[in-house]
Amino acid sequence: MKKILILGGGTGGTIVANRLAHRLQPDDASIEVVNDSPLHYYQPAQLYIPFGEEDPRKIARSERKLLNPKVTLRIDTISEWIPDKQALRTARGEHLSYDYLVIATGSIPCPEAVEGFVAGADHFYTPEAAYRLYHKLSEFEGGRLVVGVGGIPYKCPVAPLEFTLLAEAFLAHKGIRSNTEIVYTFPLNDVFQIQSVVPVVRALFERRSIRAETFFNLDAVDAEKKVVKSLEGTELPFDILVMTPPHRGAPFLRGHPMADNDGWVKTDRNTLRVSGLPNVWALGDTTDLPISKAGSTAHFEAPVIAEQITAAIRRQEPSPGKATYNGHVTCFIDSGYGKATILDFDYDHPPTVSEPDDFRHLQKMAFNKLYWYLVPTAVI
Amino acid sequence: MEELKITKESDARGSFCPGPLMEMIRLVRSANVGDVVAVISGDEGSKKDIPAWINKARYELIGMEDVASGGTRIICRKNH
Repeated sequence: MKKILILGGGTGGTIVANRLAHRLQPDDASIEVVNDSPLHYYQPAQLYIPFGEEDPRKIARSERKLLNPKVTLRIDTISEWIPDKQALRTARGEHLSYDYLVIATGSIPCPEAVEGFVAGADHFYTPEAAYRLYHKLSEFEGGRLVVGVGGIPYKCPVAPLEFTLLAEAFLAHKGIRSNTEIVYTFPLNDVFQIQSVVPVVRALFERRSIRAETFFNLDAVDAEKKVVKSLEGTELPFDILVMTPPHRGAPFLRGHPMADNDGWVKTDRNTLRVSGLPNVWALGDTTDLPISKAGSTAHFEAPVIAEQITAAIRRQEPSPGKATYNGHVTCFIDSGYGKATILDFDYDHPPTVSEPDDFRHLQKMAFNKLYWYLVPTAVI
Repeated sequence: MEELKITKESDARGSFCPGPLMEMIRLVRSANVGDVVAVISGDEGSKKDIPAWINKARYELIGMEDVASGGTRIICRKNH
């Protein structure tokens, strides 16, 4: 019997595990997920915690309950991966082996990588950090709010834009918008990395009087003087600073021969196989692919990997068209005031963006609730 | 250009905007003042984006040269 090991119980790992459990017979293979927590977090909900629209205690559920009963769940952290021996070691000292390996350990925000970040900046990339920011925004009486991106790549490319737009609406609702200046910073020469999205964002920023500071690569935060500094020499004073921290891959992948120094796994853009290894795949935030690190990316990638592993175990050719990832990503952008828009794109088709409207917002809110029933369970 | 000593060079061919620019920023971050760093990019947009960033950050663009095997080498000095 073959042994399938899936590292990571986030969106990508859970969907792959459940799809394989649906398709394979118990005699074909054992399927085990290794996750460092018994909980599965719906990370997009973290965006709403700072505005009091989401309860941090309600954005996680039991990973065990989301997994098919045929899948084993091990709570442990991978500490070493030895591809030549098809072996792994864990933090608890266990030795694991595999016939097929799927790496879905995701991306990790690393605020400690920037001088002064922990003392002087806030973020919303963990439930705890988002909740601290909720308290700070609740007590905010106006001043200077600086929101920005502290390093590329990062989880959910549109989230900092959404935060900025939602914060503007939140401050207006609170009656302190007129005495608050909002500045948005971005590392590149424009407000977003996908050019077709830029005009819509620029127009929204102009209408909402949000100033953009581009080519701003976060260098350090002076928590005492409340000033954020860029590598380019720009200094911005702030009362509240909300920065997307630099992200890295899982610690065991940083500098690994199969990954780069930041821990992004070298992955084929179509097959999702890890470079040079016929029985190892990576998906979601874990990869070095120049596409969005987002749950929807993992969602569309998971069936491609499940198809290849199923075919390999059955000694068949994978179904044509089902074993190739085409770069498909879908992201909602919540722009505040009950409106949202959507980006849908792939490797060959950049997104076209329409003006935010009520319907897309309703769709996004519905998806946030339906996620638990439809996505990790591999219903859709 | 032969006499110039490049401290670090990164081959970013195969990655597209913003990959090569982020690679240049990464190299400059890790370089010492006075070091010369270079990125080889196969993305045409890099010829505009990377010099624009070097200019904004007030570093020195030493030059851009075609690479025989394809792409452009963009060379920068971290002068402050």
